[in-house]
Amino acid sequence: MEFIGEKLLQVVIALAIFAAVIGLIMLLVDRAPKSVKDKVTVAGFLAPAAILMLVGLVYPAVRTSMLAFTDAGGNVNGFDNFAWMFTQPEALTTLRNTVIWTVLVPLLSTGFGLAYAVFIDKARGERVLKSLVFMPMAISFVGAGIIWKLVYDYRGPNIEQTGVINFFRDALGMDPKQFLLDAPENTFFLIIVMVWIQTGFAMVILSAAIKGVPVELIEAARLDGANAWQQFRNVTIPGIRGALVVVLTTITIATLKVFDIVRTMTAGNYDTSVVANEMYTQAFRAGEPGRGAALALVLFLMVLPIVVYNARVLRKQREIH
Amino acid sequence: MRRVKTKLTSKWATAAAIIIAVVWSVPTFGLFVTSFRPAAKQVGPRSDGWWNAFIDWDFTFKNYVDVLTPAGSQSANLSQYFVNSIAIVIPVTIFVLVLASMAAYVFAWGKFKGRDALFIFVFALQIIPLQMALIPLLQFFTQTLQLPAGSYAQLWIAHTMFGLPLGIFLLHNFISEIPGEVIEAARVDGAGHSTIFWRIILPLSVPALASLAIFQFLWVWNDLLVALVFSGGTADVAPITQRLAEISGTRGARDYLNPAAAFVSIIVPLLVFFGLQRYFVRGLLSGGLKG
Repeated sequence: MEFIGEKLLQVVIALAIFAAVIGLIMLLVDRAPKSVKDKVTVAGFLAPAAILMLVGLVYPAVRTSMLAFTDAGGNVNGFDNFAWMFTQPEALTTLRNTVIWTVLVPLLSTGFGLAYAVFIDKARGERVLKSLVFMPMAISFVGAGIIWKLVYDYRGPNIEQTGVINFFRDALGMDPKQFLLDAPENTFFLIIVMVWIQTGFAMVILSAAIKGVPVELIEAARLDGANAWQQFRNVTIPGIRGALVVVLTTITIATLKVFDIVRTMTAGNYDTSVVANEMYTQAFRAGEPGRGAALALVLFLMVLPIVVYNARVLRKQREIH
Repeated sequence: MRRVKTKLTSKWATAAAIIIAVVWSVPTFGLFVTSFRPAAKQVGPRSDGWWNAFIDWDFTFKNYVDVLTPAGSQSANLSQYFVNSIAIVIPVTIFVLVLASMAAYVFAWGKFKGRDALFIFVFALQIIPLQMALIPLLQFFTQTLQLPAGSYAQLWIAHTMFGLPLGIFLLHNFISEIPGEVIEAARVDGAGHSTIFWRIILPLSVPALASLAIFQFLWVWNDLLVALVFSGGTADVAPITQRLAEISGTRGARDYLNPAAAFVSIIVPLLVFFGLQRYFVRGLLSGGLKG
């Protein structure tokens, strides 16, 4: 176990350096002459985060955008990478899969999450029931991949099945199925894993929103003769619209970037690749950084409208304050 | 009492809720049970489904022992990677918490031109997919900064960079709600900005800091992509997720160790989750979530 000591030492040194830097900033802020004190404070408090974000996010984003227009040798090749993406069959499959993911995952997760939140609202054992569905949020995508590989496990016909689903297929007299190999439906079986993870998130947010809908409104609708479904449709849904938007946009962004599930379950083989995975494959495995960058740029353009929308909502909120 | 009937939570709703709860928990439970089954029951001719474990009642700790202790070159050797994950996640969480709260303090209480525009810009940085940042950042680390490959430094810095935008956003929401009189009173008493920050802002922000810490911990612990690009993949640096992806990706005689290995890697986030669920939910409700 001698390796622990050495690793611990690295951590301690890093923390010491960090503490020294922060201490220095605090010292500078305190010792600054009165006339510039506020300016030094703003600069000193903001500088470390600003530098890290510039170097780690802004600069790479600009570089990647430029890289997208170059070939494997680093020469400018115009829109060739994009032409590749929108003409080659395997690249087109990747784009198609990404679209399917981004449509299905937010809708299914939000649907299940909302239904569950409504069903268990004020039920006995609500907290325990919530934790069960919420738990996958804490599990890594890699771990989720292994969990679901076990669920989808396949053995040849007439052998004892080890996967839960094939066990049931067997019991119903159906042939066992290779869930992860048979295209195109294998994409849906990967999507289920993401839905399994994201539903808990949707459920928690929507459940909190539902509890925020005034009881008087629901009571009034009931007295007007609205049945349960009408109450839900006409009172609850409008009351939680804001939360629904947050949930849908957040899950959409997470889905666009999904990488680990595909990577660990099929590595993007059997026609299951998505943009985020293909980008990694092209840039780090196939030696085509230009194509990888082009895919990243496309991903960026897909996320852009959602974040712009959120930023506008945010600005409105700040104006109200 | 006809009242009960008009509620949506009817018998059918209860049944549907129970079905969802079962479907959502069975996969994890299956892995948990499998991880305690002997190798012969998991792979090979005598293998069968994990539910049979309750019939034969045949459980073992051997998988866990094999997975954690180094034994030969084929060994999963998870304890090394487990320590790596801890060595990566703790500094990153501290870095993000301190730097993000400093920036959030200035965004909430500092006065300078373009403050709001800059804040929205920081929020919008979440737009940048990690994938987009990886290649240039790797070049920057290895060529410009000459950071040694196979050290934690690259991972610490990269994770901190990626965690900041959302960290600043979440903490800002909380810090800007602190009553101005509190800060004003301290200033009248002659306290400088650094005193106000460490003595007043941080202690008052503990709930927000706690939820951000949990998120940051879970993201970094569960990350695979950043690790694949920056760790170099050796037992000296690589986190447990990367090792797990490796051993589960290769088919072989040691397949029966995958469930135990997976469980070792998810036990820490699960403990964090169940122990600190309250803060976790509060954090979720106070803002968005990183993708």
